[in-house]
Amino acid sequence: MRVTVRLFARLRELAGRGDLDCECPGDAATVADVWQQLVARYPALAPYERAVSCAVNAEYARRTSPVADGDEVAFLPPVSGG
Amino acid sequence: MALPDAGALPSLTPDEVRRYSRHLILPEVGVEGQRRLKQARVLCVGAGGLGSPAAMYLAAAGVGTLGLVDFDVVDLSNLQRQLLHGTGDVGRAKLASAIDRLHAINPHVHVEPHHTALTSANALDLMRGYDVILDGTDNFPTRYLVNDACVLLRKPNAFGSIFRFEGQASVFGVEGGPCYRCLYPEPPPPGLVPSCAEAGVLGVLPGIIGTIQATETIKLLLGIGQPLIGRFLVFEALRMRFRELTLRRDPECPVCGDHPTVTALIDYEQFCGVSPAALASGPATASPGAPVPAPDITPKALRDWMAAGTPLVVVDVREPQEWDICHLPGAVLIPLGELPQRIGELNPAVPVVCQCRSGIRSARAAQFLRLQGFQDVRNLTGGILAWADEVDPTVPKY
Repeated sequence: MRVTVRLFARLRELAGRGDLDCECPGDAATVADVWQQLVARYPALAPYERAVSCAVNAEYARRTSPVADGDEVAFLPPVSGG
Repeated sequence: MALPDAGALPSLTPDEVRRYSRHLILPEVGVEGQRRLKQARVLCVGAGGLGSPAAMYLAAAGVGTLGLVDFDVVDLSNLQRQLLHGTGDVGRAKLASAIDRLHAINPHVHVEPHHTALTSANALDLMRGYDVILDGTDNFPTRYLVNDACVLLRKPNAFGSIFRFEGQASVFGVEGGPCYRCLYPEPPPPGLVPSCAEAGVLGVLPGIIGTIQATETIKLLLGIGQPLIGRFLVFEALRMRFRELTLRRDPECPVCGDHPTVTALIDYEQFCGVSPAALASGPATASPGAPVPAPDITPKALRDWMAAGTPLVVVDVREPQEWDICHLPGAVLIPLGELPQRIGELNPAVPVVCQCRSGIRSARAAQFLRLQGFQDVRNLTGGILAWADEVDPTVPKY
């Protein structure tokens, strides 16, 4: 199955792009599976695992939330500037 | 948020009626709404990038009492985005220039300066007397502190935060709605998310996010529209795009959940791993055999080494755009993120001095090189800023 991934702020910079397609093996996957695929492609993202918040189809989601073919999965790191 | 009874609201003077006439003819505001604003008390935490436009618009709009919390002094590098302060204010307390600016905009506004850092010891007392808290802080410990205090006091938190070209905004802490911890239950490891000083920020960005915070504050005070509760707004300036995420209160949230475990303010420096004690003991995931940090070298000692012709290489681990502003004579540029791939360019037999802007990134680089087997690695304390202060005043500081 294939999902669209959106990366924000520092994650976008580390990956070099904000929008990408991600292929997950099998028909059932979770946000955590998508993240693992991402980290395999962009190891620099790994330290952000516990710090990012995620959304599936623009709804806040958890790492255990299911993801279906065609979904949009967004990862947002916290930012602190003011 | 319970709105005050209309009968108890202060009246408007003829001068105020003229000043606020464009509000008064809006049915959503009207005379009663303007009197609500006059009665209102808003606390802006931080008088910097976000606090500047927020406080200026809230003052212009006629919010009766504006509290400001800040302990900082105006620096030349603030003026690119912090419109509360002007060129003549450099070196003044931010609160002093903020009061002047806000009174110039609207002398009817009562400004309450709190010249202090917001801490776990003073936050509840300081925030208790206000209707809405506007979070314009610039660091994670204070953001978690403002969030938790707002939840404990049941005060709405008009939240905004920025990074380079991107901003976030929401309204947290409203009964039934989510809080910041529902979205980010735990802070990022220290050093992972750079600040504006480290990463840079587009000057106009806090203008956009700060005015969104001011808009939400006014809507909350008037009880109009659909506030940004349960919605997380993400703004991307380079694409000029706003996105929105739907949020829900997390029943398991340690602060606003059904069975909260945080029922009083905690030590937020320690929570975010940035207190001296937390840094000394290392992150929870560090192994017991973690290497000790590389030794320091002061700018003057480095100058003396260089003058004596001591063989050494200065590795500047900043970004190329920072290098273009200023760099040390003879240094080589290897940005921190490229160091693992480019380590082969360095000779482990030659002493290395790692250097960055202020000494934080270079400390990580020095530790990394030691782990990789470099025997003589030092970290330039205070970075090129300290070099400019102590050795070469012609080096521009940024």
